[in-house]
Amino acid sequence: MKINANGYTAKKLNIMIGRSNDESIEIEGVIGQRYIGTALSGKILEIEGAPGNALGAFLDGAKIELFGNAQEATGDTMNAGEIVIHGNAGDATGYAMRGGEIFIEGDVGYRCGIHMKAYRGNSPAIVIGGKAGSFLGEYQAGGTIVVLGDGRAGGAVAGYFCGTGMHGGEIWLRSQDAPAALPEQVKTERVKGVPSNVEMLIKKWCAKFGKEAINYTGDEFLKLSPDDANPYKRLYTPN
Amino acid sequence: MLKEGQYRNPSGCAVSAVIDRSGKPMSGRRMIDSIAVMHERSNGLGGGFAGYGIYPDHKELYAFHLFFDDRLTRKNTEEYILRHFEIAYSSEIQTRKLPTVTDEPIIWRYFLAPLPRKLADSHLDEREYVARCVNFINARIGGAYVFSSGKNMGVFKGVGYPEDIGEFYRLDEYEGYSWTCHGRYPTNTPGWWGGAHPFGLLDCTIVHNGEISSYDANRRYIEMFGYKCTLRTDTEVMAYIIDYLVRKMGLTLREVAKVMAPSFWKTIATKSEEEQREEIFLRKAFPSLLVTGPFSVVVGYEGGIMALNDRLKLRSTVCAEKGDLAFVASEESAIRRIEPQLDKVWAPAGGEPVVFELHDKEASK
Repeated sequence: MKINANGYTAKKLNIMIGRSNDESIEIEGVIGQRYIGTALSGKILEIEGAPGNALGAFLDGAKIELFGNAQEATGDTMNAGEIVIHGNAGDATGYAMRGGEIFIEGDVGYRCGIHMKAYRGNSPAIVIGGKAGSFLGEYQAGGTIVVLGDGRAGGAVAGYFCGTGMHGGEIWLRSQDAPAALPEQVKTERVKGVPSNVEMLIKKWCAKFGKEAINYTGDEFLKLSPDDANPYKRLYTPN
Repeated sequence: MLKEGQYRNPSGCAVSAVIDRSGKPMSGRRMIDSIAVMHERSNGLGGGFAGYGIYPDHKELYAFHLFFDDRLTRKNTEEYILRHFEIAYSSEIQTRKLPTVTDEPIIWRYFLAPLPRKLADSHLDEREYVARCVNFINARIGGAYVFSSGKNMGVFKGVGYPEDIGEFYRLDEYEGYSWTCHGRYPTNTPGWWGGAHPFGLLDCTIVHNGEISSYDANRRYIEMFGYKCTLRTDTEVMAYIIDYLVRKMGLTLREVAKVMAPSFWKTIATKSEEEQREEIFLRKAFPSLLVTGPFSVVVGYEGGIMALNDRLKLRSTVCAEKGDLAFVASEESAIRRIEPQLDKVWAPAGGEPVVFELHDKEASK
């Protein structure tokens, strides 16, 4: 099924998606419609244009591929599924997500992956091809964030206040330079090459955007994780 | 009158702006189309536009736009205006009646020149003289509000969705080299005609998405310098802060950004010695003009626009360029609606001012 979104409200668009019997739906001419694919499962959306905020919020198993830039709160509180962005994504991408995967070709704005958490068998992941703005992984409680810093000659690949309040999960930065003013409760390790779970994520990202995994996986990474020795971690459920 | 903080309304807002840096005029239609994409960010309680370069035939004169509650107020206000200005031309602003825009006040436009002898006797420079008259009307004449007071520019605003306000004022019939606009979703304060954005004093206007937690600290400080916060909304104080810092203190807009949205001390410590010296000086010189709380603003002025976010970037802002055209909006989709193919799109960092100006600023005068 193919939909030209021009002139449709977000609500109408989601109703059309929900009522379609087709598994695969192409939507073109999207301009500012919010909440596309909210809580959707069992479908594949291919979107062209400039969708509004909260693309794939509460996503529950569906796959969304966007050819263009995403705005704010992509994959907000998503539960399962996959979002692929051929472009940049705005602020609060993957906000509070607790399952599924988001792959971004370019950069993300502020507060990517904040409040991300792992939940039972679910462990969410975000892979960012470019760089991330400030507050990456703020209050992160679980899951994996990978920033590849593609095309950057050097310097930090994430902005200020990265990992503030982090108490679970991992952030992998493909860079030798730590982000400015990392908080005390975050432990930094320099790692040459990545473990298999991260390698798998990078391979998936490469397959989507036509890159060679070998150019990334063997590089030097900074691994950020909460410091076990820091009592801050004990404030929350151990994970 | 209820002041900011004495009235609470549940909460978003939309901003959009465009400038043609070659100075070529464009119709207000573009801004109407852009802001309409972000309909959900407003709730129908306020919309407004500022257009620059729209009165080329009267560019030597101050263009006052006024709201009056009734005809008697208009008569009294005109008496005051006549004591201070020569009215070169005045008329009711032509509007298009719409079912979605109701309860409009009486809306007039005056093209004014300060009375030379009165101005000389005041020992003030001309712009200060005009600003004081604006403040006097807004603070002292009940039921009358000057909502636009610059040269060769104008503010058009009211209660309604912004796209409807644009139609109401027939902005498709105006042409300017730059436009800013705003869709309002009032937080804390009532939606009323004077409280819609943009806010302006002389040619400087501001549209704002956010909420100023430091409002009262900022207001108390700025009122020491003769400004009067009368419009029952927090954004007004930002317009006066910018006017004070630029017109009276002589700061550049980039310096103003470092006063209103300075880096954290921790961040300043990581910068170069020269940057540290500048930022620390500005933070110490104007601590009461630090604006806290989430904000995304676009400042319009003769010859340019500036976008600025709060330092934590708690509201979204997207900038874009296409040839001579430059855009700022709360959402990229609002830019893509009027210019689908862009040369460059980016999201500025919190506290990082983005300034777009005419290639030839003198030509706009």
